[in-house]
Amino acid sequence: MRITVNGEVHDVDLEPEMPLLWALRDELGVTGPKYGCGIGFCGACTVHIDGQAVRSCSVAVGSVIKPVLTIEGLGTPDALHAVQQAWIELQVAQCGYCQSGQIMTAAAFLARNRAPSDEQIDQAMSSNLCRCGTYPRIREGVQRAAAILRGG
Amino acid sequence: MGRARTIARRTFLIGSAAAAGGLVVGWALVKWPVGNPLLDSLDADDVTFNPYLRIDPHGITIITPRADVGQGAYSVQAALVAEELDLEWGAFAVEPGPPSPAYFNSGAFYEILPVAATNTGALARRVRRMLDGYVKVRGTQITGGSSTVPDAYEKMRMAGATARAMLVEAAAAQLSVHASMLRTERSAVVAPDGRRLPYTELAAAAALLDPPSNVTLRDPSRWKLLGAPMRRLDIVAKSTGRAIYGIDLRFPGMVYATVRTNPQRGAGMRAVDDGVAKQARGVIKVVPITDGVGVIADNTWRAFRAAQLLRPEWGNTAEPPRSAEMFARVAASFTREHRNSRLRDDGNVERALGEDGVKLVEAEYRLPYLAHAPLEPMNAVARFDSGRLEIWAGTQIPRYAQKFAAKIAGISPDHVTLHAQLSGGSFGRRLEDDFIRQAVELALAHQGVPIKMTWTREEDFAHDFPRPLAMGRAKGAVRAGQVHAFSLDVASPSVGASQSGRLNEFLPGPDVTMVSGAWDQPFAIPHYRVTAYKVPEMVPVSSWRSVGASINGFLHECFLDELILAAGADPLAERIRLCSHDASRRVLEAVGELSNWGTPLGEGRGRGLAFTISFGVPVAEVVEVRSTPEGIRIENVFLACEVGRVLDPVNFENQVQGGVIWGLGHAMNAELTYTDGVPEQTNFHQFSGLRFNQTPRIVIRALETAGQIRGIGEPPVPPAAPALANAIFAATGQRIRELPLRKHIRFA
Repeated sequence: MRITVNGEVHDVDLEPEMPLLWALRDELGVTGPKYGCGIGFCGACTVHIDGQAVRSCSVAVGSVIKPVLTIEGLGTPDALHAVQQAWIELQVAQCGYCQSGQIMTAAAFLARNRAPSDEQIDQAMSSNLCRCGTYPRIREGVQRAAAILRGG
Repeated sequence: MGRARTIARRTFLIGSAAAAGGLVVGWALVKWPVGNPLLDSLDADDVTFNPYLRIDPHGITIITPRADVGQGAYSVQAALVAEELDLEWGAFAVEPGPPSPAYFNSGAFYEILPVAATNTGALARRVRRMLDGYVKVRGTQITGGSSTVPDAYEKMRMAGATARAMLVEAAAAQLSVHASMLRTERSAVVAPDGRRLPYTELAAAAALLDPPSNVTLRDPSRWKLLGAPMRRLDIVAKSTGRAIYGIDLRFPGMVYATVRTNPQRGAGMRAVDDGVAKQARGVIKVVPITDGVGVIADNTWRAFRAAQLLRPEWGNTAEPPRSAEMFARVAASFTREHRNSRLRDDGNVERALGEDGVKLVEAEYRLPYLAHAPLEPMNAVARFDSGRLEIWAGTQIPRYAQKFAAKIAGISPDHVTLHAQLSGGSFGRRLEDDFIRQAVELALAHQGVPIKMTWTREEDFAHDFPRPLAMGRAKGAVRAGQVHAFSLDVASPSVGASQSGRLNEFLPGPDVTMVSGAWDQPFAIPHYRVTAYKVPEMVPVSSWRSVGASINGFLHECFLDELILAAGADPLAERIRLCSHDASRRVLEAVGELSNWGTPLGEGRGRGLAFTISFGVPVAEVVEVRSTPEGIRIENVFLACEVGRVLDPVNFENQVQGGVIWGLGHAMNAELTYTDGVPEQTNFHQFSGLRFNQTPRIVIRALETAGQIRGIGEPPVPPAAPALANAIFAATGQRIRELPLRKHIRFA
């Protein structure tokens, strides 16, 4: 089975039903996506497949055909994505465990909508859980990232 | 007593040592065998030296003994050293401290003393000093009780200042100038001619000097780093997926594991059919552990899957029962034989309630069990090899974890190395070491390689040590527009007894946490009584962000609100009138101003106020809600608090907002309910707390007028729930006395 992650092609021999999350974490050593609930509820495992934000804990690795992008491939400390830049500027993270997923959800959302309303942000971000309560800063962060993407 | 003070003065010093061409600075703790305090006969060897700082030619490292569970502990501990030492921010490494008695922390225990934080009298001070002495002697290393900042505030600045003095002296000798001619900036000593001598090059010479005994700390007015927004050291790593938590560790040859244990904790396993599980792909071994089975595999998910294929036959206890029966037992515990404390008994409540012309108010409240459920599930890596145990885990109790791990392995604690890990939340969960003990059991059953054990979320919900359930029965009287009498009876299982039992510690006297947040509030109500009743433990319980105050803040402040309204008084004005503590009064006044208290809000809207002093921090919160066709919406929260001094305004705001959201969310929708002793909630879809789209605007004002610096991780939690319940009453006229609130009202 062949899988492309952050531009790298991997040939792996895995049960097709293994969740993408565990193929990434334990087989490929890509640990940015986190395990939080395993039922697609908390969003800590969010990655992009073909530009769509998906819950990697609930996607079978065998069904993944298109390239996978994780937080590690979204941007690096030297070449940050606008969402990461905003997250650093506003210091969103507390424990940080949910933030890979928050950032991937926000990045996919802003790729389709660079001038979101508060209601649209609420709708896009409400399916990601944060136990530390960083929501006020995430809200600011999405707005700030949108401004960066608009060239602000 | 006199001896305890002497010990305190004489045994805890900033010391230094030379190590491999470098300078090490930290606390020196002289060992004092309990029961044989022969201080004067100590050899020089009897000194445990534990560093906060290491400088050598390769770089600068700050050692941070308190766990970072998301509260920014690593950054703030580093900042205290960096401020005094003029380090270039971020141009140094941070290393979590190992288990060591020199990293003791007495501040974590002040809330268990029967001495209110507002009490600054001579006796109160003496009692706290006794506790300090005891914790020092025991070397109890703990992260908790919002004590990281107060504990480190002086120690870590002293370490920085001491190192700076030694580096400057070394530079002075090298340059043949007087030390007063030199200054320090960006990790270097700067000569009068502008030449820079990096600390890393001075460290070897500085290490040969005696540490000064009289360094002075910088006055806060001269701070360059502290007090202003600083970039958290981990913020880039956490924003780019590069932060490594315990669950992310990888080692050569490492295998993966999970456990499945009896959801009725402690009831054991009679037998297990593991035939199918053993045949599953990737399974290396299925091993018995305490209360269940461990599955070791070559991938975490394969371990999870195999664990589901096991057919265990669990042991069964008649205890404990369903939730309804649990509450019945709480209700049955308001009796003389269950009475645990009456730490407040001002005036004469019984007589006041019978006085002519008073109006009586009675109410009963209920609060459920609550899970910690940090987003990173419990996990630990352990390796047992040739009689030595190595553990990697996020823990707030490293010395206990080390001790219990050694006991399980049958080796000396000296042969257990514990590497502290960054944690994805805790909220008190990592004050327990059950998951570390399990990893050790697995390591003993499969030796020679590191085993990373990860819990499923379902295992986590089934095996939390929750915040206990509780009931409050309150009676009071109002007269002439004022609160005249207030009596609160609280019944709950004892967190102190449950937790100290697992740590093998003896907790003397009553469990003060059963009433903290109620008995210790700064109000001069003429007849004022708080009584605790201890309910037998039904499931093991533990500390949950703000501990007892998370329960008692709700009870005290909902009932005080009911009394004040029955008196026809204003909730803010009456609290200010009753307030007997200057800092608390300033906080109440500040929240009034911040929230425009008293101004009209309009139809369907309401304001609720609550105040709790916990962990020495008075916090007042005003919650504003609006009743909509879809349900209650929380629109704004205003919060004022007094912490002495804010070290990092950004992280401070983050902690406060997080605490408010924690308090509100659990009050709205979270509870653990039980069938046959097993929680019915299995994952976050049944226990989520506040969601993003429900998050209100949160406006904060921190006062910095009291002398004592305090921690802010927990104190914002207790007033959130009662302020919300009081706001709902103000908006709708519906008085809800049971949590979670969603049992009685819908939230939009």
